Amino acid sequence: MSPRHTLHIVSGKGGTGKTTIAAGLACALATSGRRVLLCEVEGRNGVSELFDVPPLTGREERRISRTSAGGMVYGLSIDAEDALIEYLHTFYHLSIAAKALDRFGAIDFATSIAPGLRDVLLTGKVYEAVRRRIKNRPNSYDAVVLDAPPTGRIAQFLNVHAAVAGLAKVGPIRNQADSIMRLLRSATTAVHFVTLLEDMPVTETEEAIAALRPTQIRIGTVIENMVTPTPLDHDQLQTAATGSVALKVPGLTIKQNQALASEFAIEAARTLQEQQRHDRLTGLGLPLAQIAFDPAGIDEGAILAIAEQLTDQMSLEAP
Amino acid sequence: MTKDYDGSAFQSAVPFLDVDKIIGDRETKIMICCGSGGVGKTTTSAAIALRAAEAGRKVVVLTIDPARRLAQSLGVGELDNTPRPVTTIDTAAGGSLDAMMLDMKGTFDDVVMAHSTPEKAVAILQNQFYMALSSEFSGTQEYMAMEKLGQLHSEAEAHGTWDLIVVDTPPARSALDFLDAPEHLSSLLDGRFLRLLLHPASGPMRLMSAGFGVISAVMTKILGAQIIGDVQTFVRAFEALFGGFRQRATSTFQLLSSRHSTFLVVATPQHDALREAAYFVDRLTEEGMPLSGMVLNRVHTSALAISPERALSLAEDLAETSAVLEVEALRRHAALMRTIETETRMMERFAATRPAVAQTQVQSLPTDVTDLTALRRIGVLLSDKD
Repeated sequence: MSPRHTLHIVSGKGGTGKTTIAAGLACALATSGRRVLLCEVEGRNGVSELFDVPPLTGREERRISRTSAGGMVYGLSIDAEDALIEYLHTFYHLSIAAKALDRFGAIDFATSIAPGLRDVLLTGKVYEAVRRRIKNRPNSYDAVVLDAPPTGRIAQFLNVHAAVAGLAKVGPIRNQADSIMRLLRSATTAVHFVTLLEDMPVTETEEAIAALRPTQIRIGTVIENMVTPTPLDHDQLQTAATGSVALKVPGLTIKQNQALASEFAIEAARTLQEQQRHDRLTGLGLPLAQIAFDPAGIDEGAILAIAEQLTDQMSLEAP
Repeated sequence: MTKDYDGSAFQSAVPFLDVDKIIGDRETKIMICCGSGGVGKTTTSAAIALRAAEAGRKVVVLTIDPARRLAQSLGVGELDNTPRPVTTIDTAAGGSLDAMMLDMKGTFDDVVMAHSTPEKAVAILQNQFYMALSSEFSGTQEYMAMEKLGQLHSEAEAHGTWDLIVVDTPPARSALDFLDAPEHLSSLLDGRFLRLLLHPASGPMRLMSAGFGVISAVMTKILGAQIIGDVQTFVRAFEALFGGFRQRATSTFQLLSSRHSTFLVVATPQHDALREAAYFVDRLTEEGMPLSGMVLNRVHTSALAISPERALSLAEDLAETSAVLEVEALRRHAALMRTIETETRMMERFAATRPAVAQTQVQSLPTDVTDLTALRRIGVLLSDKD
């Protein structure tokens, strides 16, 4: 049997609903008896806000949701400095040295002078969480979902260990960097992109995918978010978009019918544009999924609705 | 005229952000747009820059966003570290518009070459660690953006090339990292660690060096001696430059807090974006930075005052008929009205907690902003009170 995807990385341009989709995906993966970890790395408390729970702090991995299917979603907000101290403790039993480094300002110095070190530490922590299962460590998860940095930064973020490997020719850091790159390039890792069917998010998705391809990290599904479904066909939409259709809703005045028609013309034109962008994304040759727009805003119910749509459309297993 | 159904009732109580007044004030020399990703910061910056240029200001717009979006909106193809004139604007009022995108590595290299001897510059530019720092690692952006802003400002002051600099910021909270930059750099440079790294066993630090020996051993164990060596070479070569960085960061910080600068927070009426906007507003207020107000992009409106409930009930009555277009039009109207309700609720909450923040709204446009005509239209919407 093919292995399951154990690490799902979710990226997308700002404003596309990346965190919401990551949360929906975590819920979709948390089927009966499964434990899923949802990680965020930008310190925005996006995950806790979404599930309406107190902010995730420190190294705490707290249960944030029990899905109706009987699985559990845990949340973790990864902080670079905590990750470094934990790293030193776990791999080198160096808690005291870590404190000393902190006192000398070394950690602050290192993360400021080499801001890329943050990315190293953040991805390193994700690696640790994924590896728990393999290593038979406690608190292991069936799947890990990473709410990753936006499209503009994703290739750099994920490929940071290749850069590290370029710097460190030998030694433990080099070995660690190589192991992380192996995990990221493995068949059990997939990077998903969230986009709106608007020009710039689609362009950025195309650019991010082009930037990611040379890294050999696998790209999973492109998720088209906030799509307005329509029962109308192309011709009907085109007719509506011209604005020349005389709508006749009984009970509305002529003026109201006209206002409705011009409003609908804009909506129909928007839908036609969305369909063009969908065609553009089809050209990428990647699996696509669509999530319907929810005008009521996002709450826990909306996340579960997204989870259902993702389960129906995405292959949550490795090919 | 039918009153627009866009929640303007509460809006009238909120102070209006008068963009034209800010642009028209010749004392405004720097405008900085900040906000979370995807709220239209780049478009807003470009629209303001274009509007100011066509009102007679000599403008340069700097974007530090890695995606090449401003270039697309301005139709100037690839942007690089050199300001390029946008030639298709209306120059009747005597203004001009240049656009540029920050090339992080290029800016860093320029600084190195401008502030060190040729031999030292070569040593730095070829250092492994420097190469990684200046190109492959992210986060250097904020420092370099401030460096570039400082350069543009000096050039503007010295040669009168520009009289207004519009800055677009990276799409993250780190956009405000430059506020900490001078202090942060100072604490790092005066920090014990750097001095230990440079002079492990000399001067007053001698007493500390026993402790440092342990740390140094740990670092060698973890990182390998080769990295430590590279870092030491890098830091040693860089020592002279760091002082200059700090000095310039401090003067840029002062420039940004002066009356010649102003910040605009950009948001959309969504929960996430407004939460980030609140963070920016609070942070800028705390630092005593000159905040003009907030631009709310993509606000939905409708000219048809029919509630979502009524629209859905009308659609239901027609469901079994052949009036498919009518049904769909009514359903879409209902969804639009629900969106407006959600947005209004979000904006009301923001205004209630931060009533002093002036606002201007830009309504949601049916098409993407990809040319000057569309940018001009955004400019009009930005400046319009309704």
